[in-house]
Amino acid sequence: LSAIELCGVPLAGPVLNGSGTFDAIAARRAFGEVLLERFPFHAFVSKTITLEPRQGNPPPRLWETAAGLINSIGLPNRGLEGFLASDLPELAELPVPLMVSVMGFSRDELATLVARVGDRDEVALIELNVSCPNVETGLVMGADPAETARAVERVRPLTGKPVIVKLTPNAAQPAAVARAAQEAGADAVALINTLKGMALDPRTARPWLGGRTGGVSGPAVRAIALEQVAAVARAVDIPVIGMGGVASGRHAADLLAAGAACVAVGTESFRDPAAGRRVAAELASLQLAGAAQIK
Amino acid sequence: VSAAPRTEPRTLAPPERRTAGVGRVERVGAYHLITAFDAAGPAHPRPGQFYMLSAAERWGGGGDERPYLPRAFSHARARAGELTFLLEAVGPGTERVAELRAGERLALVGPLGVGWRPPREGTRPVLVGGGIGAAPLLCLQDELSSDAVVLLGFRSRAHAEAAALFAGSAALATDDGSAGRAGLVTDLLREQLGADPAATVFACGPPAMLEAVRALCAELGVSAQLALESGMACGFGACFGCVVPTVDGYVRLCVDGPVLDAELLESAFVGQAPGSAGCAGSVSGGAGH
Repeated sequence: LSAIELCGVPLAGPVLNGSGTFDAIAARRAFGEVLLERFPFHAFVSKTITLEPRQGNPPPRLWETAAGLINSIGLPNRGLEGFLASDLPELAELPVPLMVSVMGFSRDELATLVARVGDRDEVALIELNVSCPNVETGLVMGADPAETARAVERVRPLTGKPVIVKLTPNAAQPAAVARAAQEAGADAVALINTLKGMALDPRTARPWLGGRTGGVSGPAVRAIALEQVAAVARAVDIPVIGMGGVASGRHAADLLAAGAACVAVGTESFRDPAAGRRVAAELASLQLAGAAQIK
Repeated sequence: VSAAPRTEPRTLAPPERRTAGVGRVERVGAYHLITAFDAAGPAHPRPGQFYMLSAAERWGGGGDERPYLPRAFSHARARAGELTFLLEAVGPGTERVAELRAGERLALVGPLGVGWRPPREGTRPVLVGGGIGAAPLLCLQDELSSDAVVLLGFRSRAHAEAAALFAGSAALATDDGSAGRAGLVTDLLREQLGADPAATVFACGPPAMLEAVRALCAELGVSAQLALESGMACGFGACFGCVVPTVDGYVRLCVDGPVLDAELLESAFVGQAPGSAGCAGSVSGGAGH
């Protein structure tokens, strides 16, 4: 794979992880230093951090579906101060650029997070997770173009680092939200996040997940992701990071063909911690084969 | 939760999924015993650690168009590159693994998690297994290589055939009295600890059994380590799905467990597999059906 640039940040290739689908710190405990020598991604995206620490949702948090998974994790994290003090020094030891994902429950919270995270040299890019309700308006920021634009406008002047908006697929028109993000100054957009879903306990017919509803991911959402990535890529000029059900180089090639500049591997990493590396290798051989055909 | 101490009983796993050839598949009463040749994996996983397993071919398309995720199983034994897993077919994942034949391939990641710690000094080890929870006690008994006391509880005589996998003789209880004593394994444990409380208890089994063991050991002031099960997607800390509540808040069983000190728990009645409704009694220190 040839090296690329994402918003001015050089990457050795186009394969990232989806936020919240790979914990590099925990993985290093399980696999040791060899994880850094054979790191699966060309950039690492952190789990979303919030201003205050969060325990996350009560279990059960997972439900297996046909070719996929519903999760209701609830963004457990140490909070901004805990992240900066404990997690960031460890993530800085990774051999690839670091993108930190942040979520605020108000624009003020988001502003604090972006300013503080953006100040740190270890951080190359910032992702705004806007799949949460604004507690002041009750609107999910990322479901509404105007709400998204206001969030991006607020944080844009606070950092010189690239700001990437992670779009939710649970919006009437993700392409309209993407365009609003671009006009408000976003440097890139990433999609798709999980689709809202639900499972019932077969014994009680009540919601299985502790958080009642959750997000669907895995091969089950791949076709939806491809359509949304294609629609968004047509609507904006900024780079698109495409993801959703990627489990092979072919799936990654499809998203690139649909207009994505980079791809992310998410749920497939749960099945194989080296999925990112495998997808990148398969993508490279597809591109080689394609180049040979053109000649 | 802070990182576990460096002395934790953990053998590191290769950072990728690999395949292992299936050797023997045997029936042991109600259970299946699968042996796989894991040439690429570490030779000495710690007793109590676990592996994420799937069939290398045809994983999916079973009941409910599942399985999709791998399933967590503690190894029953690990000798000279051979891993042995004991399992009960109770859902689309375990059914597919159980139908593997010699020469087919198992995909696996592991060993994962932290295993059993040594017994507290000056105490004798007492191993307590419920159902398929006997699995991670087999390699523990091998390692302790002493006269560890083994107490096992099963639903029926067919399940109790797994007791024959242990060295020496284990004390048995069954729900229906068809083998050993009619009753619960915790009845055997109460008698054992009543006779001499200088023990460290190592227990794996269904949630209700583990909670009874925890409460009994707390009452008697006996040190206990519990191998728990919880629904798990990845096995290496990525998905945050397998948390259980402890006195320190939620911990991920896959990286901070599956073996936990009983003192960490207010209750051991935790954990359910994703995509299933309970299936209590099927525990392999990890999770999933």
